[in-house]
Amino acid sequence: MSTTNDSAVRANIGAMEAKSSEALNALRIAIKNVDFYYGTNKALKGINLDLPDKQVTGMIGPSGCGKSTLLRVLNRMYDLYPGQRAEGAVMMDGENILDPGVDVNQLRSRIGMVFQKPTPFPMSIYDNIAFGVKLHEKLSKSEMDERVEWALTHAALWGEAKDRLQASAMGMSGGQQQRLCIARTIATRPEVILFDEPTSALDPISTLKIEELIDELKHDFTIAIVTHNMQQAARCADQVAFFYLGELVEVGTATQMFTAPREKRTQEYITGRFG
Amino acid sequence: MASDAEHIVKSYENELNRLRGLIANMGGMVEHQVADACDAVINRDTEAGTQAVAQDPKVDEAEREIEQFVIRLLALRQPVAGDLRQIVASLKITSDLERIGDYAANVAKRSVVLQQFVLPYTLTGLGHMSRLVQENLKRVIDAVGVGDADEALEVWRADEPIDQIYNALFRELITYMMEDPRNITPCTHLLFIAKNLERIGDHATNIAETVYYAVTGEPLLGARPKGDTSAYAVVRPAHD
Repeated sequence: MSTTNDSAVRANIGAMEAKSSEALNALRIAIKNVDFYYGTNKALKGINLDLPDKQVTGMIGPSGCGKSTLLRVLNRMYDLYPGQRAEGAVMMDGENILDPGVDVNQLRSRIGMVFQKPTPFPMSIYDNIAFGVKLHEKLSKSEMDERVEWALTHAALWGEAKDRLQASAMGMSGGQQQRLCIARTIATRPEVILFDEPTSALDPISTLKIEELIDELKHDFTIAIVTHNMQQAARCADQVAFFYLGELVEVGTATQMFTAPREKRTQEYITGRFG
Repeated sequence: MASDAEHIVKSYENELNRLRGLIANMGGMVEHQVADACDAVINRDTEAGTQAVAQDPKVDEAEREIEQFVIRLLALRQPVAGDLRQIVASLKITSDLERIGDYAANVAKRSVVLQQFVLPYTLTGLGHMSRLVQENLKRVIDAVGVGDADEALEVWRADEPIDQIYNALFRELITYMMEDPRNITPCTHLLFIAKNLERIGDHATNIAETVYYAVTGEPLLGARPKGDTSAYAVVRPAHD
């Protein structure tokens, strides 16, 4: 293996990673020294993690490691539950979103969330999308129609839904309902989308369709995805963060994490030696 | 990075162990094959030569078996990180071992021709070269077995002396050929034998690079220490 060949090989891999490393300089969200408590139980310990703009950050780790907890810090879901609190800072556009003065409803239109179990409202497909938009914007009928079409198109659902917009969302398949939830989330034009195990309740084909969708969505949105499926993290994420017992053990590009992780605990978890 | 922990799924752990065993077996076969081939040349051991040639189909069969097993592992286990590196490394190593086996068989075949000649010169240089090659091969196969990146690095560095002996042999054999045309046939075969040994050394170095990457996750960068200058060698008769 000559030096010339080494440089060429490294340049090729470097080119593939280049977009990641360039974009890593543009941050969307900076999580700074975040601790989280369920009552007296400290579930997150000193988390420092940057979410790069328009990239997918995958969060992996065994059950109870704190990854879903961190996700719920990002859109202040924990506000709904007494006894849960976060300390530290989550910076977005120069503002700490954990600050008590922040308007959480406004925040949640900027940072949307898609859950593991699809949660369509018991309304028509159209109204599912329009509901969230109406809370934040005043649109005419034609503007709302356009927004609904835009959201369904970008959630890869327009073709299947366009002829039945007034039909109940409850009649859709699991995969379709999940895509409807994604459409509903992006309809408010958020900047960030949080996915909490979005495909663990879906069949393999629906799963791949959602993954394809995430690939498309990251051109316009910053994405964080919690997943138990490591292959999914390997396929979807640009950056992968490994959590264990409330700590962030290691973060790196997906290539680096899945070919040569630096930490022994990361290696052991992703190869299935503990969990 | 070596992992002390075992896989949660025992059958996966067993399969990785089986892969290690298959590679170790193949390494052992090839080591013997090279030793037999060198014996056939240096000590004119006909029996050893026959063994070396007969071993070749078994080495080829071992390569096929390992290849199939690796493909199965990749499909069914979707390995990542250290496991992935180890499994892909096995594929590369088995290919290098198979080539070494081919070279050994070729050396053994040529030894048969050499036995028809009384050589007016000793094979000290070739003997020394064959010992170095066998030593490197043994060290790198041991490094594969235990996942020793440091030993692999040492073997990677140890190829240069072999190349230097080859350069000297190259010139020496050409000189004999120029002195007496009756030397041309045996010396040509000796040249090929020396070249094959040099190639065995190169493949051992390949294996060393592969082991290093598999264990550390870092490629062995930098120019491989290369000393083979025979491609540029010109030997002129003294009276020109």
